Amino acid sequence: MSRNKPQTERSMIIFVNGQETQISNGHTAHDLLLDLGFERRPVAVEVNKEVVPRALLPSRVLCEHDQIEVVTLVGGG
Amino acid sequence: MAETTVDSAPANKSQSALKVGSFELASRLVVGTGKYASYAEMAECLDASGTDCVTVAVRRERLLNTAGENILDHLDLARYTLLPNTAGCFSADDAVRVARLGRELLRDLGNKGSEWVKLEVLGDQKTLLPDPVGTIEATQRLVDDGFTVLVYSSDDPIVAKRLKDLGAASVMPAGSPIGSGQGILNANSLRICLEYLKDGDPEYPVIVDAGVGTASDVAVAMELGVDGVLLNTAIAHATDPLTMALAMRSACAAGRYAFLAGRIPRKRYATASSPESGRIHETS
Repeated sequence: MSRNKPQTERSMIIFVNGQETQISNGHTAHDLLLDLGFERRPVAVEVNKEVVPRALLPSRVLCEHDQIEVVTLVGGG
Repeated sequence: MAETTVDSAPANKSQSALKVGSFELASRLVVGTGKYASYAEMAECLDASGTDCVTVAVRRERLLNTAGENILDHLDLARYTLLPNTAGCFSADDAVRVARLGRELLRDLGNKGSEWVKLEVLGDQKTLLPDPVGTIEATQRLVDDGFTVLVYSSDDPIVAKRLKDLGAASVMPAGSPIGSGQGILNANSLRICLEYLKDGDPEYPVIVDAGVGTASDVAVAMELGVDGVLLNTAIAHATDPLTMALAMRSACAAGRYAFLAGRIPRKRYATASSPESGRIHETS
């Protein structure tokens, strides 16, 4: 967090559920859930095909071109 | 056991829990949560079916419309053990990913269903029949990862045995293709599956998964000696789903009773039920 301002405001592209999404540098997986309004919803998060446990979301810093899946439960057989 | 009544003896047997790995289910019916007209109807049908275990699917959260209802708002997690599936996966890689996502979701909810999975690795979209090679690979990987694996399979006894040998906690042969409503198409294969899977291990749970169209299909499966039946569409798409849920519950119990009671052998010709002797037209 001690980096200079231009760096932290720089944005990057990630993919969330297949959709191209712009986030700012240094964004964590938890920040992304806040952006999406999902922080209180029953979701699980995968970054680059690996599940990130909820407790680790705040420390998981996202990188350019990360592939994120945010999933929930739906009816099924 | 002279005091045992006619009713209580089979009831006690029938009500013994269905055990799968470390899980114990009071009902032998596992019911899916898909395809209902509304969550309210789903909740009513689950209640009427008597089940205590329901399957759920893992899907992408919608990025828009976050105000939408979630199925979890309509499932009593204290009552139902959730069984997350890997439905819609056509490769072992995808199925393993979805299983892990389901585990994370259920751990977060505190539901004990987090440690098991209904594994489906499908072969193609048209038949939704299992891909045996992908199913075997995914079973191995998920067992290694500590999952209690309930695996959807065809009714092929050889594949079923392989899946059990890999450590699947339950093999779940299809009665007929998913959602087809054709019931039990090959009772003979199911009988061989049961024989192979329960050889020296009579408590090994075998659950018929898929194909049920109506209540008699459940009864037929249970009469063959399977330990449970998993169904969804047959209730959800019945003309009257709530009444069909009641029918499924009764059929499951009836089939279980009949299996435990032991059916009479089939014979080609008649055998009178009334006495042969003492008939009024007898001459001597």
